Amino acid sequence: MLSVADLKKGTKLILDGDPYVVTSFDFVKPGKGQALYKCKMKNMISGSTLDRTYRSGESFEPAGMDERDMEYLYKEGTHYTFMDQQSYEQVVMEEDAVGDAKNFLLENTKVAVLLFGEKPIGVTLPNFINLRVTQTDPWLKGDTSGSDSKPATVETGYVLRVPPFIEENELIVIDTRTGEYSTRVKG
Amino acid sequence: MLQTTALHRRAQVLQAIRIFFSERGFLEVETPFRIPANAPEEYIDPIPTLSWQLQTSPEICMKRLLSRGYDKIFQICRCWRSDERGSRHLSEFTMLEWYRSDADYHDLMQDCRGLLQYVADSCTSDSCFTQNGLKIDPHQSWQHFSVQEAFLQFTKTEALDSVKNGLFDELLTAEIEPAFEKFKVPVILQDYPAQLAALARLKSDTPDYAERFELYVGGLELANGFSES
Repeated sequence: MLSVADLKKGTKLILDGDPYVVTSFDFVKPGKGQALYKCKMKNMISGSTLDRTYRSGESFEPAGMDERDMEYLYKEGTHYTFMDQQSYEQVVMEEDAVGDAKNFLLENTKVAVLLFGEKPIGVTLPNFINLRVTQTDPWLKGDTSGSDSKPATVETGYVLRVPPFIEENELIVIDTRTGEYSTRVKG
Repeated sequence: MLQTTALHRRAQVLQAIRIFFSERGFLEVETPFRIPANAPEEYIDPIPTLSWQLQTSPEICMKRLLSRGYDKIFQICRCWRSDERGSRHLSEFTMLEWYRSDADYHDLMQDCRGLLQYVADSCTSDSCFTQNGLKIDPHQSWQHFSVQEAFLQFTKTEALDSVKNGLFDELLTAEIEPAFEKFKVPVILQDYPAQLAALARLKSDTPDYAERFELYVGGLELANGFSES
């Protein structure tokens, strides 16, 4: 168990069955009064935030988290299926928990899946990922509009801005942390 | 220019405090940091050292000097309180404590007023304190609230009720202290419910309340004072 004095930014604990991470923490104590611990916490599944004030003596269950290497297999409706690289067990994650990572998931992509107990609650992608452009308008040589980028759709359906020289069927590198174009894959 | 660092300003303030008290006939004293026991306080935990404790305040030793006839004394010293850490608290900190005999909390409020004015005059260019961008002028007349008034005005509850249902400290830190941040003068919160002022003298006209006060500058609690019987 964690005591309230153990809490700090980044501590993960269980509240009402859900895992939360402490995002800010302060200790307040009015003159000669009782110590109060003001916490802001974020639900690690839904992303919603909570403000709570605790008194000394309260205790919490730490949220046990485990990160495992997995391979993305396929999607069915709003369910994404991954396979543990070691045990070959399959886990199914809801689209909400996959979050923005869904924009960059191609079958057989290697990812890290964050588990809360047995429940998968998040995906960490490689920082850079290669995706093929499926649709983009050709660059008109005479275009003098001064625009230095154009929209392009990649094979996952994700749309981003790319430089004008990128053509359909080209493989490009995307930074998954920002969702932005990074460079093109030569050859 | 090194003269503007926080350490230089801190040294200036400490020097100003020493001049203020010694010019007014207070004797600077030094008492042991490591003592057999501290005065009991419900919500202040000492740090043990072997079988003794580090002081949580110099109260016990200074009162012993007071009882020996040293009637105006002050001390600037390190104090330790277990498990206090936050944006306004550390487990080890510096405390200024002073005592005078034959005086009550009104005299102590006057000391606070004189001290803040003197420190502002000697250590700042505009004789004001600045907290969160707000100028606070200790030379203007100070804002006084009784605890009862402050609870009615800022929390819409009775102070004594909130003591009974255990919400006093929460309301004080969540509603009242933030409201004090807006005042451009120091604020005195006075006349605490008797249960929250163990060693303080009760008010003769309203014995549910005691002669204890806290001083706030820019919402930051700076001092606690009380009359003793």
